[in-house]
Amino acid sequence: MAVLSGLKKILIANRGEIACRIIRSAKKLGIKTVAVYSEVDLNSMHVQMADEAFYIGPASAQESYLRGNEIIEVARKSNTSAIHPGYGFLSENAEFAELCAKSGIIFIGPPPSAIRDMGIKSLAKELMGNAGIPIVPGYHGSDQSNDRLRYEADKIGYPLMIKAVRGGGGKGMRIVKSGNDFLNGLDSARRESLRAFGDEDVLLERYIERPRHVEVQVFGDKHGNYVHLFERDCSIQRRHQKIIEQAPAPLIDDCKRNELGGAGVSAARAVNYVGAGTVEFILDTKDSTFYFMEMNTRLQVEHPVTEMVTGVDLVEWQLRVAAGEPIPLKQEELKLSGYAVEARIYAENQDFMPTAGKIEAISLPQGENVRVETGVTSGDEVTVHYDPMIAKLVVWHPDGKEVFSKMENALKNFNIVGIENNVDFLRTLCSNEKLIDGNVHTGFIEENREHLNSSPPTNEVVIQAAMGLILYEKSSLKLQPGFDKNDPFCTLGPFRINHNYKRSIKFNCANKEYTTEISFDNDEWYHVTINNQETVQVRGEISNNDSLMNLKLFTTKKVKQSKIGITSDEIYVFCDDGDYKFSLLKDEDLEDDSLSVEKGGETVSPMPGIIEKINVKVGDSVKKGDNVAVIIAMKMEYIIKAEKDGKVASIHFNAGDNVAKNVPILTLEI
Amino acid sequence: MVILKMSQSVVRNGIRYISFSKGDIIGSPVNKLCPDYLKNKEAMEVLVKELKEKTIKITRGGGDNAIKRHTSKGKLLVRERINTLLDPGTPFLELSQLAGYDMYGADEVPSAGIITGIGRISGKQCVVIANDATVKGGTYYPSTVKKHLRAQRIAEENHLPCIYLVDSGGANIPHQASIFADADCFGRIFYNQANMSSSGIPQIAVVMGSCTAGGAYLPSMADESIIVKGKGTIFLAGPPLVKAATGESVTSEDLGGAELHCSTSGVTDHFANSDNHALQITREIIQRLNNIKNKKINNTNFELPVWDPKELYGITGTNLKKLYDIREVIARFVDGSKFFEFKKKYGTSLVTGFASLFGHTIGIVGNNGVLFSESALKGTHFIELCSQRNIPLIFLQNITGFMVGRDAEAGGIAKNGAKMVTAVSCTKVPKITLIVGGSYGAGNYGMCGRAYSPRFLYMWPNARISVMGGEQAAGVLTQIAQDQYKRKNKIMTAEEEKKISEPIISQFDRESSPYYSTARIWDDGIIDPLDTRKVLGLSLSACYNAPISDTKYGIFRM
Repeated sequence: MAVLSGLKKILIANRGEIACRIIRSAKKLGIKTVAVYSEVDLNSMHVQMADEAFYIGPASAQESYLRGNEIIEVARKSNTSAIHPGYGFLSENAEFAELCAKSGIIFIGPPPSAIRDMGIKSLAKELMGNAGIPIVPGYHGSDQSNDRLRYEADKIGYPLMIKAVRGGGGKGMRIVKSGNDFLNGLDSARRESLRAFGDEDVLLERYIERPRHVEVQVFGDKHGNYVHLFERDCSIQRRHQKIIEQAPAPLIDDCKRNELGGAGVSAARAVNYVGAGTVEFILDTKDSTFYFMEMNTRLQVEHPVTEMVTGVDLVEWQLRVAAGEPIPLKQEELKLSGYAVEARIYAENQDFMPTAGKIEAISLPQGENVRVETGVTSGDEVTVHYDPMIAKLVVWHPDGKEVFSKMENALKNFNIVGIENNVDFLRTLCSNEKLIDGNVHTGFIEENREHLNSSPPTNEVVIQAAMGLILYEKSSLKLQPGFDKNDPFCTLGPFRINHNYKRSIKFNCANKEYTTEISFDNDEWYHVTINNQETVQVRGEISNNDSLMNLKLFTTKKVKQSKIGITSDEIYVFCDDGDYKFSLLKDEDLEDDSLSVEKGGETVSPMPGIIEKINVKVGDSVKKGDNVAVIIAMKMEYIIKAEKDGKVASIHFNAGDNVAKNVPILTLEI
Repeated sequence: MVILKMSQSVVRNGIRYISFSKGDIIGSPVNKLCPDYLKNKEAMEVLVKELKEKTIKITRGGGDNAIKRHTSKGKLLVRERINTLLDPGTPFLELSQLAGYDMYGADEVPSAGIITGIGRISGKQCVVIANDATVKGGTYYPSTVKKHLRAQRIAEENHLPCIYLVDSGGANIPHQASIFADADCFGRIFYNQANMSSSGIPQIAVVMGSCTAGGAYLPSMADESIIVKGKGTIFLAGPPLVKAATGESVTSEDLGGAELHCSTSGVTDHFANSDNHALQITREIIQRLNNIKNKKINNTNFELPVWDPKELYGITGTNLKKLYDIREVIARFVDGSKFFEFKKKYGTSLVTGFASLFGHTIGIVGNNGVLFSESALKGTHFIELCSQRNIPLIFLQNITGFMVGRDAEAGGIAKNGAKMVTAVSCTKVPKITLIVGGSYGAGNYGMCGRAYSPRFLYMWPNARISVMGGEQAAGVLTQIAQDQYKRKNKIMTAEEEKKISEPIISQFDRESSPYYSTARIWDDGIIDPLDTRKVLGLSLSACYNAPISDTKYGIFRM
C-alpha cells in the first residue's frame, strides 16, 4: 500500500481508546505507529497495539502525557515524522503545535494560529461575529450606567441573563423574565458580584431556556478547501459533560441543517482551519435559532457518530490532510445515511462522580453496526490519573427511533464487573420516550432525574444474585485441584442426609438490604425465600467459569437467562430489568491480627528488640493500621501498627532503646 | 439410546412387572397403579416421613433457648460451622444422626450432642467431629463417646484427616461410670489421635468453646490447633476449681484463652478472631496438607439408573415377610441399571455380580431369600473374586438366616456358611453394608454385619435387626417352657403361653427397630431408600482415600 508522503510513522501523544482508534486507522493506511506511556500504562491496550512504545514519565498527566518536550524527544528518537495528539492532553495546545513545527514534525491538527484564535472564548466570539456567524446577542460594553444597560437589555430582548464580568459558579448571575424586573435583577447581581469578586461590572446576554447543544463537524485542508460533515446533537449531559451524542441531530430539517453546516464552514474558513474541527452551537428549542458557542480545534470524542452516518473515516482524513492531500470528498459528495448514537461509558457512581478501580471483567456487545471504542480490557485499572471513560458504544440504525432500542440492547450486553459505572443509567436513559422523540436539551437529565433512577431489584433479580453465587460456587469446584466427576463429593451439590442444607445470604443493593434464605432439596431444586416473604422453587445452570457467566434459572413456570459477574465480595446481575450490583454482607472481618498486640490504648512490642524508629509524635492522630514504630529483632524488621484509631498520648521509648516483649511502646488516647 | 423389548407382563410378589431384556440392564418397569405397589409405597412413605421428622427435630440441637444462648455469644451453630468449613456446594455425609435417640429417658440428647461426618474441605475429604454446645453444654454422654470413636474409626480406616470442632464441657459427670474407665471410653479418643497422627492422618483441632479437663487433651494432642479469641478456652481445671484448690482468682480467658495459649503456653498454634476466621484458617491448613487422595481420577463416563429410584418405595414396601427381587433394588441405584451377574443360575437365593457406581466398579452381594450351602459357596467365591481384583463390595442385606434342618446340616451348611464368614472377615477390599430388610442371625454375619467391620453400614427405615425374629424367639422360649411343664406333667394354658411369648415379641419388636439400632450406633445411620445411590456413592468415594492392602484368608474348612 502506498504510504502517505511524509507519514511513514506517526506518534500518538495520547492513551486509552482514542490512541487505539488512531492506531487502527494508521495501520489501515500502512503507517507505523509509536505509542507513549506513563508508568501505570505499561500494559495497556494502546501500548500493545502500537509498533513501538516509549516510556514518558510517572502516572500524573502533568509528568507524562502533557510533557510536550519529552514527547517531541521520543518522536525524534523514533524517527517519527508526525504527531497525532488525539483529544485532551496536548491536542489544543498552540505552544505544542508550534514546538512540533519548530522540530520539523507534522502536528496532525490545525495551525497554531487557529488554535489560538479559537482558544480565547471571548475573542473567538468577536471574530465569529465579524465573520457573520450568529452569536448570542448581548452587551459586553464598558458603559455600566443603568440607562445604557436597560437600553441594551430591551434591544437584546427577554428573557435575559445578567452576568458578573468576573463571575463564575453562578454567582452574580440573574435571569430576568421581562423589562419590569430588569433593574431589580441588575441591583442584586451587582451586589452579589461586589461581595464575591469585589467588582460590580456586568454583561448582558440573551437567556436561552432549554437550549440544545448542536455541533458541526468541519474539515479543512492545506489547499483552502472546506467541508462540513453535518451536525451532531450532544445535549444529553451530566455535570456539563456529554454522555449521549447523536447524528444527525433530531428535529432539524434540511434547511436548518444546511444553515448550520454553512455556519460551521464559515467559522473554519475565518481562522484558516486545517484538519478536523468542531464548531459548537447553542440552539434554542423554541425557534431553532442557533448561536456560535465555541470551536474545538481537534477530533472530538463523539466523532464516531459522524463516521457512522457519513461512511467517512475521520482519522484517515486527518492523516491524509496532514500529509498534504486535499479533502477526499467534496461537499456535494457527502451524504447522510441513517442514524447513529453514541453512549459514553464512564466509571462513575450514581451521583455521576468518577470512580476508580479494577475492571475484573468486561464483556462487550457485538453485532452489525455496533461499534465499541475502548482502551481497556478485563483486569485493567481505571486510575484516578486520567479521564474515567471506559468506552464509547456507538450503534447505527436506518431508523432514528429504532436506533435507541438498538442502543439499549447493546448496553444490555455491555457488562462490567468490578467498578461502578453508568451503563445501567444509560440503559434507562435510552429507553426514555422524550429522548427518543428528540425532545432534548442540556438540562434534560436534571429535569428528568426522577424518571431516570434505576428501579430497585425485583425479587426475581435478587434470586438471580443468590442463585448465581450458589451455582458459581458449585461450578467452581470444577477448577479445584482434585476435582473428580466420578466423585459424588464434587457433584451432588450440598446434599444432606434426611434434612435440607440451608443457607442465608445477605446482600446490599443500592443501600437496601436483602436477606435470602436458600434451602436445597437434595436433588436439584433450591427454595429461595427473600426477606421472609415469597419462596420460589428454582434450579439452574451456570456456564463459563469466568468472571462473567451465563446464568439460566428455571422455575416451575419459566426459564430466565441473565449474566452474572462475581468478585470476592460482589455479585453483578445483568438482566432484562437492568444492571445490579449486590454486595455481600459479611458479619466479621477475617483479617489476621498483625503482630502487634494492643491492650487498652497501648501498643506493645511483639518481641524483644531494638527500637529502630518511632514514626509518630505525642499528639499525632493515628488511624488503625498506621505504622507507628519499627523494631529490629533477630536482624529482622518488625513494623508495629496501630490497632485502633486514636491520638498518641505518650511514647515510652526512643529510637535505639531496647525493648522487652509485651511492653507498651506508646499509649493512644482513644 | 436403550431400546427395551417389551413382552408380556409377569406378576411377582403381587406387583405387576413388564418383562424385558437388554444386555446388562436389569430391572423392570412397574405398574404404578397396581394395589400392592400403592400399598407398599404408602407404607414406606410413612416410615420415611417419620425418619425425616425425627431428623429435622434433632437438627435443632438443644432447642430454641440453648440456641439463643449460644448465638448471643457470637458463636455459630454447629451445623453452620460445618457448612462454613466445607467447600461451598458440596455434600456432607453425616453419620449416626440419631445416636443416643430415646436412650436417656427424659434427658434428650439430640445426635448425642456431637455431629460427625465426612465432607470435602479445600478439595480434600475429611472427617469432621463437632460438638454441639447447645446440647447439654456439649458434654460427653456414653453415646457421645461412642459416636466420637466411631467417627475416628472411620477416619482411621479410610485415611481421612480429622477436624475436631471443640466446644464441650467434657465428661457428663453423672454418667462417668460408663464413659471413663473402659477400653472404648473417653481416653480412647486421645489414643486414636496419637495413633492416627503416627500413621500420617492429620489431626486438626479448632477450639471454639471450652476444652476442660480431659477435653484439654483434644487440642493438645492435635497436629495443629486453632483457637477463637474470647470463645475458646483450654484448661485442666476451670476457674471455680482453681479457686477451690489454690484460692487464686482468675478469669477463664486469662486462665486458658486464645491469647494465653497462642502467645505464652503454645498449646494452640493459630489465633482466630471469630468462628468464621477459625474455619477459614482450618480450610487453609487442609489446603496445605500436601496429601492427595489415594485413588487416581478415573474419569469414566457413567449414566444414571434407567429406572426411577422413587419406585423403590412401591417395590420393597415394609412387610419383611414379602420377598422381592433384590435385582429391582440394584437396578435403581447402580449406573445405567447395569448389572453383570455372576453364577446367576447357581445358589439363586444369593445374587452376586458386578456393577458400577459413579463410574467405579463394585461387587454386589444381595439376598433373595434364605442362604443355602450353594448360596454361601457362591458368595465366598464372589468375595474372593472381588478381593483378588481390588473391587469394593456392597452387601444388600435382607436375610432371615442360613437354612436350618436335617438336610441343610447334613449338607454342611455350618462349614459352608463359615466359609462365607471367613471370606467376609478377611477380605481387605472396602465393604459397605446396607440393610434393606431383615438382618437376622448368622445371616447378619455372612452378609457383613457390624461385627465384620464394613467401612460403612446403613439401614433403610423398614429394616429390622435382631438375633432372630420376635415370633421365632417367642416360639423358642415357649417351647422350652412347655418342655419344663411337660417334665412336671403340667399342661400350659394358652394364657400362660401368651404370658411368655407376648413380652418377648414386644421386646424384640422394640429392640429390632432401626431407631433402637441407630441410637446405639450399631449402624452409621438410617437413610431414605431414595438416597441409596448418593449415600453409597459418597461412602465408596471416602473408602478410596485408603490404599487397599492384600487379602490373606484364614483356613476355609473344606
